[in-house]
Amino acid sequence: MIRYVFSRLATSIVLVLLATLVVFLIANTIPGDPALAALGDEQASDPAAVSAFRALYGLDKPLWEQYWRFLQRLAHGDFGRSISSRRAVMADIIDYAPATIELATIAFLLSLLIGLPLGIIAAVRRDSWVDHLARAVALIGVSAPTFWLAFIMLAIFYGYLGWAPGTGRLDPIAFAPDRITGMLLIDTIILGDWETFRDAAAHLVLPSIVLASATIGLITRTTRAAMLEALSQDYVRVARAKGLLARVVITGHALPNAMLPVVTLGGLAYANLLTGAVMTETVFSWPGLGRYTFRSAVSVDFPAIMAITTIVAAVFVLVNFLVDLSYAMLDPRVVKK
Amino acid sequence: MSLAPALIMPRMASPTRRWVRRYGLAAAGAVIVIVWVLAAIFAPLVSPHDPYLVNVVNRLKPPSALHWLGTDALGRDVFTRIIYGARISLAVGLVVVLVGGLFGTLLGAVAAYARGWAEEALMRVTDLVFCFPPIVLAMAIAAALGIGTVNTVIAMLVVWWPKFARLARSLVITQRSLEYVEAAQSVGFGPVHILGRQIIPNAVGPLIVLVTLDLGHAILVFAGLSFLGLGVVPPTAEWGAMVAEGRELVQQWWVATFPGIAILTVVMGFNFVGDGIRDWLDPHARTR
Amino acid sequence: MPAPADILLQVRDLRTWFLTDAGPVRAVDGVSFDLRAGETLGIVGESGSGKSVCAKSIMRLLDEPARIVGGSILFQGRDLANLDEAAIRSVRGREIAMVFQDPMTSLNPVLRIARQLVEAMTAHGRFTPKAARLRAIDLLRRMGVGAPERAINSYPHQFSGGMRQRVMLSMGFSNEPALLIADEPTTALDVTIQAQILELLRELNHDFGTAVILISHDLGVIANVCQRILVMYAGEVVEEGPPEELLSDPRHPYTWALLHAAPRIDATATDRRLATIDGQPPDPRAWPDGCRFRARCPFAIAQCADHPALLPINDTRASRCWVTQQGGTLRPPERAHPAPTMAIADARQPLLEVTDLHKHFVLPKDGYFTPARVLRAVDGVSLTVHRGETVGLVGESGCGKSTLARLVTRLHAPTAGKIVFDGIDISQARQSDIRPLRRRMQMIFQDPYASLNPRMSVGEILAGPLLLHRIVDSRSAASGRVGELLDLVGLPATAAGRFPHEFSGGQRQRISIARALAVGPDLVVADEPISALDVNIQAQIINLMVDLQERLGLTYLFIAHDLAVVRHVCDRIIVLYLGKVMEIARAADLFTRPLHPYTSTLIAAAPVPDPRIERTRRHVPMKGEPPSAVNPPSGCRFRTRCPIAQPRCTVEEPVLQPGVAGQMVACHFPGAL
Repeated sequence: MIRYVFSRLATSIVLVLLATLVVFLIANTIPGDPALAALGDEQASDPAAVSAFRALYGLDKPLWEQYWRFLQRLAHGDFGRSISSRRAVMADIIDYAPATIELATIAFLLSLLIGLPLGIIAAVRRDSWVDHLARAVALIGVSAPTFWLAFIMLAIFYGYLGWAPGTGRLDPIAFAPDRITGMLLIDTIILGDWETFRDAAAHLVLPSIVLASATIGLITRTTRAAMLEALSQDYVRVARAKGLLARVVITGHALPNAMLPVVTLGGLAYANLLTGAVMTETVFSWPGLGRYTFRSAVSVDFPAIMAITTIVAAVFVLVNFLVDLSYAMLDPRVVKK
Repeated sequence: MSLAPALIMPRMASPTRRWVRRYGLAAAGAVIVIVWVLAAIFAPLVSPHDPYLVNVVNRLKPPSALHWLGTDALGRDVFTRIIYGARISLAVGLVVVLVGGLFGTLLGAVAAYARGWAEEALMRVTDLVFCFPPIVLAMAIAAALGIGTVNTVIAMLVVWWPKFARLARSLVITQRSLEYVEAAQSVGFGPVHILGRQIIPNAVGPLIVLVTLDLGHAILVFAGLSFLGLGVVPPTAEWGAMVAEGRELVQQWWVATFPGIAILTVVMGFNFVGDGIRDWLDPHARTR
Repeated sequence: MPAPADILLQVRDLRTWFLTDAGPVRAVDGVSFDLRAGETLGIVGESGSGKSVCAKSIMRLLDEPARIVGGSILFQGRDLANLDEAAIRSVRGREIAMVFQDPMTSLNPVLRIARQLVEAMTAHGRFTPKAARLRAIDLLRRMGVGAPERAINSYPHQFSGGMRQRVMLSMGFSNEPALLIADEPTTALDVTIQAQILELLRELNHDFGTAVILISHDLGVIANVCQRILVMYAGEVVEEGPPEELLSDPRHPYTWALLHAAPRIDATATDRRLATIDGQPPDPRAWPDGCRFRARCPFAIAQCADHPALLPINDTRASRCWVTQQGGTLRPPERAHPAPTMAIADARQPLLEVTDLHKHFVLPKDGYFTPARVLRAVDGVSLTVHRGETVGLVGESGCGKSTLARLVTRLHAPTAGKIVFDGIDISQARQSDIRPLRRRMQMIFQDPYASLNPRMSVGEILAGPLLLHRIVDSRSAASGRVGELLDLVGLPATAAGRFPHEFSGGQRQRISIARALAVGPDLVVADEPISALDVNIQAQIINLMVDLQERLGLTYLFIAHDLAVVRHVCDRIIVLYLGKVMEIARAADLFTRPLHPYTSTLIAAAPVPDPRIERTRRHVPMKGEPPSAVNPPSGCRFRTRCPIAQPRCTVEEPVLQPGVAGQMVACHFPGAL
């Protein structure tokens, strides 16, 4: 088991490094000059200003040297300075990441809470109304554009009904709590600030539903298919032949097997939620990584793009690693003694 | 002879009901998709107005007999722009999925058939691309190449092919272990014939399902990029861009709502068709 | 008829139909029988006869869209067909237990053996978890699972098929049920393991007094365990009786056909052709009026247009046949070819020579830090096949026989060793160099469903090789030749336009043979060509292969696990074990005078469909399971299972050397067993 963990970990690190190299090469071979983008038209026409800018950010060095310097700084958790915000990229990320992590985690839990039971019941009661409902939920979830759903939800529940608060993480006139983790729900609990907690929680409702919509669909669909597959297996018939309760056959025998593909999908979905909340964050004015990524991409903010890519790749690889581990725990066939 | 009440034969479903149960979903999806395709092709005939005619006097008018779905902030007819928007969405979806799908399928199939280092290399590359969520990578590439439909399509293609490569690989691996492939080898057929004429025709079913489902997904992603301002250049009529233009206009809900419904229906249409084909190919479902 | 008091199970007019969209499939259509407490009843029939559905109906384990639409299943005073879900659940596993065909899929792969055994007992509230665990260990030990205290904590994938079936039997007996239903429990197992499991089943029936219903397609298996046999055909029972009488004097033509179609391990063939009946079983959506066997029956009379009833013949026997009910007899089959002139093999003309052939597969690594493991599938095999000869290659699964077939046809490249085909060394030749030679050596595959491309019509499948090798120069010439080929294998010319899924397994195997013959080969390597087929279809395919050999002068390398078949069709037989040759002998010699202990045990393990002969046969105790080819035992590879192994066998590997009368054997003590 330990050996398995280590060899998986080694693969993961190699993959992250490769990912950074790829992005580095792509970013350097495609057109788009960060100096021109950052300095603006007036300054960019001055060659001295441009070369000074290049020297400041190390853009005048050969490629391999730039990459080596990037790796060296990476080892210290230093991604350099953002060209557009002129701050350390790491500081930017520490500012923006908690909002995204909080939103993505809530959305992920929501997806599991709805998708798993719905998928299981749909498979067990095939062709019943629950099955049809599950199909409809899955279909609308994967078909509706997130940005549009966000607009509709805001228009209805904030604009017309006034049941939900507007955009942002907190009411505009509220004071943000002292920063501990940056995740408002956790920080307010630690501080015992229940009023702000309620405010933050209320602000999370709409964006997390919108963000979760596609994931709910995917998890419902995968769970249903995996359960149907497991229920058709011989060992389920054997379990019934033992005289076990239907509930035990479903939860004790079919479900553990059906969870294998769901874990794989769930991991990927969580990673996607963490890194792909751009649309939701844009509509809800959510100060998260998604919008930071978007801004950095548009302004060709090279250090920021490198940092985000590295982090995104690391998140994916880490999640995959965790998926592999839980797979090994769920399925004894994966690791041979 | 005793007949338990619970065990009495149920009535057989009527042929119509059976047809609806088996093909209904796919048929509904096909109708939706065909309607949209026809609308896109005959857009000038279908739509009553000019999609680019700015008429500030007439701005933000609610749906009426003249403007069925109202007008936008520049007084352009929303219905007309939605019909014209179908052109670009369907075209982009088709190009991305067909080009990306063909490239990925060929690469995956050849690598799986060749085995050895080629397969290993391909899988590592797809692993790498999978490390980046498609939307983030597409965003970065679109931003770097500059904004415009062609650049966005290129960006989408970069992230689109790996899933086809993976699916094709797993399908070819399943097929190549079957005895008919060994039989073809033992008869003396070469690898090109075996892969192209024997294996791929047998693997094509799930690929068609993926293509169909993916058409919807590609339309969705393109609309998303356009919504962020990374897709089409204004004033091009495009659904995602139209939602973006209307997203602050809560009182004038029609501006953003209807383009979104257009996306929803066309994506659902493709999903229906894909699901239908999948059910139809699935031996479990067919016995019923 | 047995006294009602000791009747355990009484099935009356059971009808189980599959209610499909295309109309009801009447899988079980009026089955009645009785079972006494402690009795062993065998149900035999070919695939589709309804025997498994019958068993599942008793347990009420039917899947949609199968329904019991009529009849009753009286078990200890209750009608199982009528019980509600809670009541039938208290019967399942407690009073009636079931063991299924495929032990590899019957155990839940993610749960420990202990959990799966314990819950079978605790579900019925008869044991506390602690007591159930102790009992499970006892049961595993009783079933012959080594080190049960450790085994119980394992996961299923750590067990072989035979061991898993022992676990399934432990589960079945854990609540001391009154009835155990075993549905083809040994079909997926090797013959030596099958013998062990059947022996165990006999003992358990004796020790526990549990009644057993054993379902099998193999008369030999049934004959050795059961006190009474039911023969099923087309959804109904056609004959019933004790094995001694039923198998020596069948009173239904279908039983008669089953009995004569299967080659027997205890008989030397005078003719390689077997007695077969024509045609296919009828369509279960529309059983014919009258006797359902009439269309295929060689004895049919006018009265068979009416549906016969199952009527008693004497106290213990019954039959559903107008002919025998009226006192008619079923004469033994006539031989079409009275004195066969077998193709005489020319011993001086080797067609295929294999010398010290090795094939090692490198297994995927568990991780970066573990050494790669090597599976020695074929580990130093030498053999010769002469022109016109039929050479049999036998051994249990994993002995390397299929790999060997793919090596000599060069679908795989050998790791080491030499393959010479008609004087040409092909051992290291490139595929492009072998391609012209492929005209001369062809293969027939095991799985009639996987070996034909489902997307190609039969005409395309057969024309492909003709055009590839330029045997014909145009498509029209090809279609003419396709017609001839179809005729050669006994299929109509119209078959060319149809697709493989429109044919039955036997017909597909004929197409597969036609494809192999299209290019006019000298050598045909047949990899278990009949093992996926029903008995009667097996006989048809064997007859076809024998005919073709005589007409075309073919040479066969015939791979099989069924010794009776090999004895029947082969001139010489090669016995493989863990990638090595144990013995090579002429077919008649091998069976009358086996020199290698492995050969002896294999022969002894194969059942004979006649309990009287079976009682006189020598039973050689066969120990354990075949070891892994990744880590073969030192010295003689068979020593871990050999009943006569000596210390010398551990250290010194015996070489293949001539024994009596040209027989080759790799054993330190040949003929000692």
